[in-house]
Amino acid sequence: MTTVLNVSGVNKRFGGLQALDNVNLKVEEGQTLAIIGPNGAGKSTLLNVCIGRITPDTGSVEFHGEILTGKHPYEINQAGVARVFQTPEIFTELNLLENVMIPALSKRDGTYHFNIIARMKEEKQIQAEALHFLEDFGLEEQRFSDAGSLSRGDKRRLELAMCLVQHPKLLLLDEPTAGMSRLDTNSTIELLKKIKERGMTKIIIEHDMQVVFSLADKIVVLAQGAIIAEGTPDEVKNNPKVQEAYLGDEHA
Amino acid sequence: MDTVSRKGELRLMLIFSAAVLLMPVWLSPFGAAYPDLLQKFAIFGIFAVGFNILFGLTGYLSFGHAVFLGVGSYAAVWSFKLFTMNVIPAVIFGVIFSGIFAALIGFVSLRRSGIYFSILTLAFAQMSYNLAYSVLTPITNGETGLQLRLHDLRMIDALFIEAGEGLPLTNLFGIKMSGYPGFYFCAVLLIIGFYLALRVKNSPFGLALKAIKSNQTRMGYTGFNSRPYMLSAFMISGMYAGLAGALLAVTDPLAGAERMQWTASGEVVLMTILGGAGTLIGPLLGAGLIKYFENIFSSYDDSLLHQAFSYLPDAMNDVVVGMISPFVGDGWHLTLGALFMVIIIFLPGGIVGGITHLWQRLVKKNQEPTEMEGKQQ
Repeated sequence: MTTVLNVSGVNKRFGGLQALDNVNLKVEEGQTLAIIGPNGAGKSTLLNVCIGRITPDTGSVEFHGEILTGKHPYEINQAGVARVFQTPEIFTELNLLENVMIPALSKRDGTYHFNIIARMKEEKQIQAEALHFLEDFGLEEQRFSDAGSLSRGDKRRLELAMCLVQHPKLLLLDEPTAGMSRLDTNSTIELLKKIKERGMTKIIIEHDMQVVFSLADKIVVLAQGAIIAEGTPDEVKNNPKVQEAYLGDEHA
Repeated sequence: MDTVSRKGELRLMLIFSAAVLLMPVWLSPFGAAYPDLLQKFAIFGIFAVGFNILFGLTGYLSFGHAVFLGVGSYAAVWSFKLFTMNVIPAVIFGVIFSGIFAALIGFVSLRRSGIYFSILTLAFAQMSYNLAYSVLTPITNGETGLQLRLHDLRMIDALFIEAGEGLPLTNLFGIKMSGYPGFYFCAVLLIIGFYLALRVKNSPFGLALKAIKSNQTRMGYTGFNSRPYMLSAFMISGMYAGLAGALLAVTDPLAGAERMQWTASGEVVLMTILGGAGTLIGPLLGAGLIKYFENIFSSYDDSLLHQAFSYLPDAMNDVVVGMISPFVGDGWHLTLGALFMVIIIFLPGGIVGGITHLWQRLVKKNQEPTEMEGKQQ
């Protein structure tokens, strides 16, 4: 198995807070890695380091052997890393179809392409592709309404569609089911399982243990910026340190 | 969003071209069908259409676009002085030089967004204005403004044409560029400019600009580098401004620094917002409206007002004229300010936004009375 992502020795300090404390992490191809941990454990910071939003103080992130640290977010995305944010980052003033067509365009045309000859109305292939992904998420009916008018759960699904249309090599999901109803959560789990079958590598941050245990191949537990445990779901479940730091809160 | 298909584009262009070329006809009932004013409509229409590519699509509000207007004018007048009175090279030089200036100013200003971007462009505009007045006098002729002289070089003209008596006139291969021919020249360029703006708006490039306006963070994580997109949009709109500036010089061959002043930059912002930022027709309507009102209101003075209200008794006449006179003549900016406030408060989408809103409500009422409370925007 090839290593897709290799995080080695990453440290990040925000003032007096050690947000990430010597984090080492490997993600293998096709694997779904779940990162869990209490609030403020550094989970989102770790993802932000991976996509270039935050530069680590020390350490590096390697993606398929290529160093990502210090690169621009758009370069990292072009390399094949897509991310779903904790609060959906979508184009609220544009309609759903356009929202999904934009990432498809970036996949096809690269970081910058001055094209005023083509008409969006005639980009049939891009349109069809975008529509296909909207259908996957049951959003095709609303394709001409503004993305800003969607419910919170639908906004998340739209953002997920925007990431998937790029066929990323690595998908980072920051609490993909937060704010969704039980029904939506279940359908999202089904969807993520389907993606998993296609062999897409994923890192997922999630508080919902049902989601974590039904998707993850490997779980990493973060607390105060450091990895305190990692292993298969069963190993982690039975780890006393984890129960104390995280799961314990819920069972208490 | 309202992107248009090829057929729709063609239809829109036909209607638009007809409307522009027939302006002398349908504007005559409004008392606006004389060449000077029509030229202004077309020229400031180009300025506003170009400005809208930056402001309307990307949301970046430049407060210094008059720089490019000024640069276009200076470049055009120098072309008249050095090379030929033919307007084609003048227009080309105007566009090229304003494009270079836009590249430089854009490169620096686009490092910031929002209000900081606006302030940077304003600073550049005021710097250019002051430079044009002081240090650059050899190029700009300072306060007097750049004018044609009898013994200008006119290298190309000197080869082909016998110098006549008096100052030569700007021309398009012999057709004089004043009066109606001047208007039609500007009108044709306006139609071309409008078509290009339409192409930009409906293209993948335009969609990227709209996406930058909507969510620049997501753009980055979607694999787009917004910087070159912004710089292209800034340069394109700067070149439109340069074209407008060159045309000002074509119809009246002089260039002064006051063309670069911040009031001129502010005017194009007013035009765009008044008509409806982000819409294609809006900025044109705004430009037309402002230039029309400027012409009508600023031509009134107290004696004309007294005449207009002469049917009133003397005492009433004085009161009425006293009330109205601050709003006309030199004070017409007061009228503009009031009009602007009314539009901003009651029609946030500008004139076109208001009309669209009204239209949608009418259509919806007729078709689906039950789905009225469906969407909020």
